[in-house]
Order: sequence, then structure tokens, then C-alpha cells
Amino acid sequence: MSVVDPDVRTEKPVRARLSAANVTLAHGGGGKAMHDLIDSVFIDSFDNALLETMEDQARMSLSALMRHGDRLAFTTDSYVVSPLEFPGGDIGKLAVCGTINDLAVGGATPLYLSCAVIIEEGLDVELLRRMVRSMADTAKAAGVAIVTGDTKVVGRGACDRLFINTTGIGVIREGLNLSVSSARSGDAILVNGMLGDHGATILNARGDMALTTPIASDCAALHGLIEDLLRAAPGTRFIRDATRGGLATVLNEIAVASKVGIDIEEAQTPLREEVKGFCEILGLDPLYLANEGKIVCVVPPGEEQTALKAMRAHPLGSESALIGRITDGRAGRVSMQTVFGGRRIVDMLIGEQLPRIC
Amino acid sequence: MKFVDEFRDPAKAQSLLVEIRQMVERIRPKMNRPLYIMEVCGGHTHAIFRYGIETMLPDEIELVHGPGCPVCVLPMGRIDDCIAIAERPNVIMTTFGDAMRVPGSKKSLLTAKAEGADVRMVYSPLDALQLAKANPDKEVVFFGLGFETTMPSTALTVLRAEAEGIRNFSLFCNHITIIPTVKAILDSPDFQIDGFLGPGHVSMVIGNEPYQFIAQHYNRPIVVSGFEPLDVLHGIWMVLKQIDEGRSEVENQYRRIVPEGGNAVALDAIGKVFELREFFEWRGLGSIDHSGVRVREAYAAFDAEKKFTMPAVMIADPKACQCGEVLKGIIKPWACRVYGKGCTPETPMGALMVSSEGACAAYFRFGDIEKIRSRRVEAGIEEASA
Ligand code: SF4
Repeated sequence: MSVVDPDVRTEKPVRARLSAANVTLAHGGGGKAMHDLIDSVFIDSFDNALLETMEDQARMSLSALMRHGDRLAFTTDSYVVSPLEFPGGDIGKLAVCGTINDLAVGGATPLYLSCAVIIEEGLDVELLRRMVRSMADTAKAAGVAIVTGDTKVVGRGACDRLFINTTGIGVIREGLNLSVSSARSGDAILVNGMLGDHGATILNARGDMALTTPIASDCAALHGLIEDLLRAAPGTRFIRDATRGGLATVLNEIAVASKVGIDIEEAQTPLREEVKGFCEILGLDPLYLANEGKIVCVVPPGEEQTALKAMRAHPLGSESALIGRITDGRAGRVSMQTVFGGRRIVDMLIGEQLPRIC
Repeated sequence: MKFVDEFRDPAKAQSLLVEIRQMVERIRPKMNRPLYIMEVCGGHTHAIFRYGIETMLPDEIELVHGPGCPVCVLPMGRIDDCIAIAERPNVIMTTFGDAMRVPGSKKSLLTAKAEGADVRMVYSPLDALQLAKANPDKEVVFFGLGFETTMPSTALTVLRAEAEGIRNFSLFCNHITIIPTVKAILDSPDFQIDGFLGPGHVSMVIGNEPYQFIAQHYNRPIVVSGFEPLDVLHGIWMVLKQIDEGRSEVENQYRRIVPEGGNAVALDAIGKVFELREFFEWRGLGSIDHSGVRVREAYAAFDAEKKFTMPAVMIADPKACQCGEVLKGIIKPWACRVYGKGCTPETPMGALMVSSEGACAAYFRFGDIEKIRSRRVEAGIEEASA
């Protein structure tokens, strides 16, 4: 749903034209150049009434917010992925989806985003425009509004081309209390599809490995899927997006916070053949690869089948799977039945130095 | 990649396990102690933990995770030397990811990088050469390490640098060779290994002939095995079969990859560029004669040890370390004084905690120690702890 009424404006205002091909320090200087950049690249794309007022802050009505629930959810994340564009997405899409997902996994309806960019001097204006459009399109499709922002330009080498921070506000409806410490023995663990696609895509797109694996990032806004899931399985205990550190990290977080054991089955864990092969060659463990469109859900016994059905009915969850259970085994321990029939521990990742993936 | 599933078939694993149990039943009365099988190669260690193979085997079989992780066995002094080169202005140090975390006496390459040294991760030595071409005003050094598996690509890179006349590339050579090390283990007085899994990838290069002495002089079976879980299990099965039948031979489980005579092209490149050092220092095992290689005089222009001066100080392993005993299978990793206390994967004291192929790190990350120990106590192999 759109929270900003598009009909407030009557006609589209005329935008300043930006003639420069590359961003220069002048575009961060606060003068006319900066205004032209903001006006022609950001305001034009984000295109909403709240932003257009050009005040120093977005103002939103409390009573309108309260129609969605009784608690505010507030989150922030910075995006520094390299390369900026990759199969399945780009930094703009990532910056919008990532923050929406951080709101949605708490059960919040995502409503507003901010967008702060740090641009390295010399960035191609067309590229910037593409990234900003991508943010705008993603936000629009997700029904959230980008309502405030900031632009800084720094000298060459002070950042890598383009960094984006987005902060999000959402509202959690009454009575919903998802918590990482609420998992109980017997609960089912569900994921909404193939794991590791984003991590593998970024590693692959960096070109360091010279592999031409056809994989695309799973970058997507998941609030719709989560809404369906919560409707079908109102007893859902906890949801988290499996971003950096992948599935393994989220499972460890749950096991520690809820003081439970976790058993998963490798054979039930959805992994693309391409991603498996890619990991095989590079000696990576796909359980630790980042995702940008995957959630791990803990659902009480009795609700797992309806939950699975609802998730599978959503386009972003067609390959959802039940991968394991919470157990009363040793607290904090995640173990996995391997495809080979053996059993191993799935531990927290220790300081692996992966390139920038989000 | 579909083909790999064939080597991970749990049904095939079960039928091998049934036979393994039968053989152990027959062998056990003659032994009166567990059967020790050592896998020499870090790749096997990884597969064993990755697929939980140890949890599937009968308690009477003890897998001893050998010295086959080249990152783990590098002594601190060599790391210090590498860091000294990396910290010189104008140097770009390149290496494989794992090597960056190995602690020297003061810091690791990763720390040096954080402090400002230009250290970059590459996936092959050719990437380093590429980097040298792209940065003609810098000295690009490749921190080369590994067994015969990685030696050929390093050697070919040096040959290419020579052919293309690239002068700002050099190699800090820490390549080591497997055979003298296995021999050192066989010769150690507390030696108690009953059979070996031979390193498949190394054998791809050197062939099977170099292992003959293990079977002939030391009367121990050795089976060169692949790295899929079924390969490893099949390798163990073949070792047991030899023990059961009273044979000790070199057998090749990994025939689909390992040619009997090795790879002539790779051996040729190695021979051209490298020569044996008189001795090389191993972390946890000490100095072993002829166990390392250096760059031949003819390629001195590409030898970082000749190009740069470095401290070259030998640094002893910390006293509390029991890596040597773990490597030889005398104690299990968790029996080491500092395991999980002073020595963890985040702050490794000993070599075996460094990379995921090291036995201690593998147990720490993947092994359900309590479960293994309680099973061992039950089987009477280990004493219950106080
Ligand atoms: S715990 Fe550390 S010091 Fe002890 S044997 Fe293992 S690696 Fe060596």
C-alpha cells in the first residue's frame, strides 16, 4: 500500500537539468551544483510529495502510523557492495530491499525509508541515476516511500564509488511478538527457497575467479511473503533474513538466544546445483553464503504445513522447505545430518575474510 | 556438477560400512587396541569433518589427522619473514586466503594488512603475475605455499614471468614436499599408525611410485584416495582389507584421476624451477630433512629470498603446544593442554587450529566432542574425565 497520497500534487514540476557526466566535489559543496544533482537525480526519481517539500526532515502523521499497529519499528543499514551492479540486482535495489526486510522480519509493515548516499568523486552520473531509479522502482513496487535523504561527495579514494545508507520505519501490529529467544523444542525451521545465491553471485561477479556460473542474486523485498506466512501461521515464533553469514549464522543465533539445540538435514536444505558446484571449486560452505531474499522462520509444531503451503504459494517462496527442527539437545548447538549419512556441527563462522557482499 | 552425487550416495556408504564393521570384528582380537589410520592430506581431513564420516565409523577405528594442511605447518619465523617483506614500501604481497590468518610471532598477514601493508588475496599465482604487469612500479611478491599440488602452478608462473621478462615479480617460496614428512612420522619412536590414506591431489602430480617405501620398508598399507566422502570411506575400506588380509601395498582408489606415473608436464616444471632444501622447519614437527623446496639459482631473479633481506629468525612453538603429538596421533586434539582454552580458531596458538583443514580447528568447528568422548569412554578407549 502507498502511504503517501500521490494526488497531493497536481502537476509534475520542472526539474533542473544536470549536464555534468561525472560527479565532482562541487556536487557536494552545498551550492547550485548540489541542488541540481539532488533535484535532477534524486527528487525526480523518488517522486513523492513528502520529499518534494524540501524541508530538512520528513514529517509524518502519528495517527496515520497508528492505523498500522501499536509499535514503531526502526532500523538502519549501510550498503557498500562491490560491484555496484550484478546479476539479479544492484546496490540501489539492495539498499531498499535490505532495510525493508529488516523491518518485515520483525513483523512490521514497512512504510518509510531514508536514503543517504556517499559518492566518490568521478562517479558516472548516468550510473548514479540508474542506481537511484532502481531504488525508486523497488520502493514503489514494495509500497514504501523514500521520504528524506542526504548526499555527500568525497574525494577519490575516500570511498569506493557509491555507498548507500537507508533507514526504515515500519509499524508492528498489536499482539505480534516475534523473538529470537522464543524457539522451543519441536518447532519447525523453514526457509523460503534456494540458499547462497546472493553470496555466490557477488563473488562470481567480482570476476576474481573467472568462472562463468549462471547465478543471480536473490535480492527481493520479503514483506509480502512474511505477511502471508504470519496470516497462515499466527503462532510463528521468529523470522530472520539470512544475510551476511548465511543460514548457519542465523541458526546459531537462534540456538544461543533460545538456549536450544537445532538439527537440520543437509538433504532438505535447498541449494542450487550451480551454487553447490561453485562452492565446491572455491572451498566455500554454502551454508555461510549471504542471501538477500531468504528468511529463516521458526514455526510451532502443528502450523508447519500451513506455513509451508502459504510460503510456497507466494512467488518468492515457491521453493520453500522444512529443513529441520528445534531440539532439546545441547543449548546453542546446531548440528546437521549430512547427505552422506554422517553428522556434523554447524558452527558460527570465524572471521572469514570475504569481499564486500552487501 | 551433478556427477558428484554418485560419490555421496548414502546407500553405497551403508554397504561399505557393513563390510568395514565385519573386518574390524575380525581384526580387533589380534590388535587389542584401536586401529589407527592416518589421512595425510588436509583435503581428506576436510571431507571427513564436512560429511561427518568419523561419526559413521566403528569406535575401534581412530582417524589420525596428519600433517597435510600446508597452511598449518608453516613455522612462525617464515610468517614473520613474509610480513617483513609485505611491510616494505612499494611491495604488494599476494597469497591464498587461508594463509592470511596464520599467526607469526607478533601478527598475521591480515593484521599487517590492517596496519597498512598492501596484502592481497589471489586465487592463483597467475593472478599475482597479472598484478605485477598491471603495477610495473611495484614489486609484486607471491607467498607460495603448499605441497606438490600447488607447486606446478607456482613453477609455471615463474617460468611465464621469465619468458615474458617480468622483472617486478618474485616468489617467497614455502612449498613443501610430502614424502620426507611421512617418513619422519614413520620414523618417530612413538609411531603407531596402522595404515594410510594417501593424498589424491599430490599423487596426481607425483604418481604412486614414491609411496612404495611405506608398504615395502615399513609394512604399512597406503591407499591413495579421492576427496568425495565415498572415496574416503572406500579408501578406509581398502586399508582395512589389506590389514585383514595381511597385505601392505600401495593401492590407488582414485584411479579416475591419479595416473600411476603422475603428471610429466607438472613434474618437469617443478624440476626446472625448484630444488630440495637441505631441511625445512615444520610447525609442530620440527626440522625435517629435504622436506622443502627453494627456487633454483637459474631463477634467482624471481626469488624473494634473494631479492629482499629478511629477519630469518627461527621461532620455537609455544611450550604448551602439543601439535606434534596430535599430528602423530598420540593424543586426540581435545587432550591438548590448551585446546579450546588458550588455543581457539580465533586465537590459534598451534598450527592445527589455523585453517579448517587443521585437525584441532576441524574438531573445534565440526566435531561433537562430548558425543565422541562419551562413546570412547563407553568403548573403553578413553578414560572418563574428572
Ligand atoms: S589445541 Fe592448539 S596447541 Fe594444542 S595441539 Fe591443537 S593446535 Fe596445537
